[in-house]
Amino acid sequence: MPEQLALTGNEAVAHAMRQINPDVVAAYPITPQTSMMQKFADFVADGLVDSELVLVESEHSAMSATVGSQASGARSMTATAACGLALMWEILGIASAYRLPIVMPVVNRALSGPINIQGDHSDSMGTRDCGWIHIFSENAQEAYENTIMAMRIAEHPDVLTPAMVCLDGFIISHGVESVTIYKDNLVKKFVGEYQPHYTLLDAKHPITLGAMDFSDFYFEHKVSQLDGYNNSHSVILDVGSEFKKTFGGGECYEFFEAHKMDDAEYAVVVLGSTAGSTRMVVDDLRAQGVKAGMLKIRVFRPFPYEEIARLLAPLKGCAVLDRSIAYGGDGGPVHIEVRSALYGQSPVPVMLNYIYGLGGKPIEPEHIHSAFKDIQEAVATGNVKRRVGYLNLTE
Amino acid sequence: MPKAAVDYLYYLRAEKLPHMWCPGCGIGIVVKSMIGAIDSLGWDKNDIAVISGIGCTSRAPGYMDMNTLHTTHGRALSFATGVKMAAPDKHIIVISGDGDATAIGGNHFIHACRRNIDITLIINNNNIYGMTGGQFSPTTPYGARAATTPHGNIDPAFDLVELAKGAGATYVARGAVDNARMMEKYFKDGMEHHGFSVIEILSNCHTQYGRRNKMADAITMIDWISDQVVSNKKAAKMSPEELEGKIITGEMYHNTELAEYTDEYAKLIERVQAKAALKA
Repeated sequence: MPEQLALTGNEAVAHAMRQINPDVVAAYPITPQTSMMQKFADFVADGLVDSELVLVESEHSAMSATVGSQASGARSMTATAACGLALMWEILGIASAYRLPIVMPVVNRALSGPINIQGDHSDSMGTRDCGWIHIFSENAQEAYENTIMAMRIAEHPDVLTPAMVCLDGFIISHGVESVTIYKDNLVKKFVGEYQPHYTLLDAKHPITLGAMDFSDFYFEHKVSQLDGYNNSHSVILDVGSEFKKTFGGGECYEFFEAHKMDDAEYAVVVLGSTAGSTRMVVDDLRAQGVKAGMLKIRVFRPFPYEEIARLLAPLKGCAVLDRSIAYGGDGGPVHIEVRSALYGQSPVPVMLNYIYGLGGKPIEPEHIHSAFKDIQEAVATGNVKRRVGYLNLTE
Repeated sequence: MPKAAVDYLYYLRAEKLPHMWCPGCGIGIVVKSMIGAIDSLGWDKNDIAVISGIGCTSRAPGYMDMNTLHTTHGRALSFATGVKMAAPDKHIIVISGDGDATAIGGNHFIHACRRNIDITLIINNNNIYGMTGGQFSPTTPYGARAATTPHGNIDPAFDLVELAKGAGATYVARGAVDNARMMEKYFKDGMEHHGFSVIEILSNCHTQYGRRNKMADAITMIDWISDQVVSNKKAAKMSPEELEGKIITGEMYHNTELAEYTDEYAKLIERVQAKAALKA
């Protein structure tokens, strides 16, 4: 029987790591990730995993050590947040270029400065183009399950692309929820053994990684990384459906969760924990007769353009919520993608973008209600007062 | 004439108090001594920049009413190097913890020493990452327990004095929180020294280090520090056996002969410009 435990999101992900039992884990503390690795260190100390836990001197070293061990054929993990992820940036591109299927939980937190330890998405969005798969979680259960699924997705021979599993700092990482932890043997069977095709230190089949590559093949190598991304599309769906078949439960094993979208006229597009409040607001509005819906995006990279276009194009109006700013761009990064997805569709919904929750600024149901109200008004009047706005900003 | 009492509040941002450190934390003693040293030098507080990275110690500049810059983990010395190069006549002080200065910031630490740039680095060495919950640091003693070394630490610890000397710092001192007067003197001498100064302060984190190592309160932990420290004057008269397990405090190195970096840089500019003028 699966176990029902009261766990924080960080503990739930640590349990996923315990079940995955990676060969090597590198760790460096950073709020709000620290308690995840702390829990994992307990598992190591208690002999519940076989992992070598390496405690390094910075996140840059954590990702470097993870790349080194993964390239040597060992299943390797690390986890981080905020400035830690920013410090890893250089090595994120190395991991994806070497086609190393590293899975890394990222506890989303605001970037400095000013210094802030609360949640927002500016850290992982800053690594948007580093060649990693980005999977977002709404709660501790999803963070746990996404970590397990990410392993299968990343390691798939047609994908071989690193994946980050994003969970909102504090809201998910530190909030205690009832989490279903599936049976160890089933999870282990689902995840399987890591079987790298090529590794360093294989004396019979020596390889080189990252060697100098100028105008002869650099471009070609970078483009070839897209194969993994493109192939991950069907793998994400297959792994999700196999997970659902094996373990049951869950709502969100595809690219996104479409809540009451079948006949919706107005929708909010959202990532992460804010989907919980949005779902509640949608249900409230439905009770009042408003045809409201929610699109919760689970996979941000690769971005499911076509699927999202099909779902959103028939709407009258739509608001995209972004928990980070794309400075100098068109609002937030999710908004930019959604607008791009809708190019070529006709007709297209009226679209608004709201930046919210930077540095942990609370987002309450009333704010999401106000977004829905604005879209309805814009559709009714044909007049968009403010295309990119803010929720709960003191102006 | 007795020295006038220091008006500590003049140097603090009173509206930011109370501070976030645990009761009995050694950082308070370090900050007080730091202010005492600045006051006795008679420096205008507006000519001072206090720069920090991340961690409990790095919160100090937030409470200090001077030019302050709170930067990223481990990088305070790099930011400070930029500030000093832009304003060589100003006083630049970096306050950092052991994790910040010697783990994630270890590279910047040795290179700031090597350049001998006129910055004063104060390291509050409490042997642990306090803020993130008690992970071991590069100065956690062998065998000590930390959140990440539940069965005892096997990593050898840095000797920060030797590290600073070896890397090229020209003023190096070690004090401890059990002797605030001595600490204040090292701070003052380090700040006055024209070159890179490193003052390591053995400090107490009874919350994260002490609780895991049977020293759960400030007094017990400061006593533990007192039991270990021996002044360099005393140590000179002791045998290697007697010095076993002791930590030597005092001014450990002071070299006023070596060139300071911003001076060298100014000279270089002068030399190259003179050459250019000749050609023109």
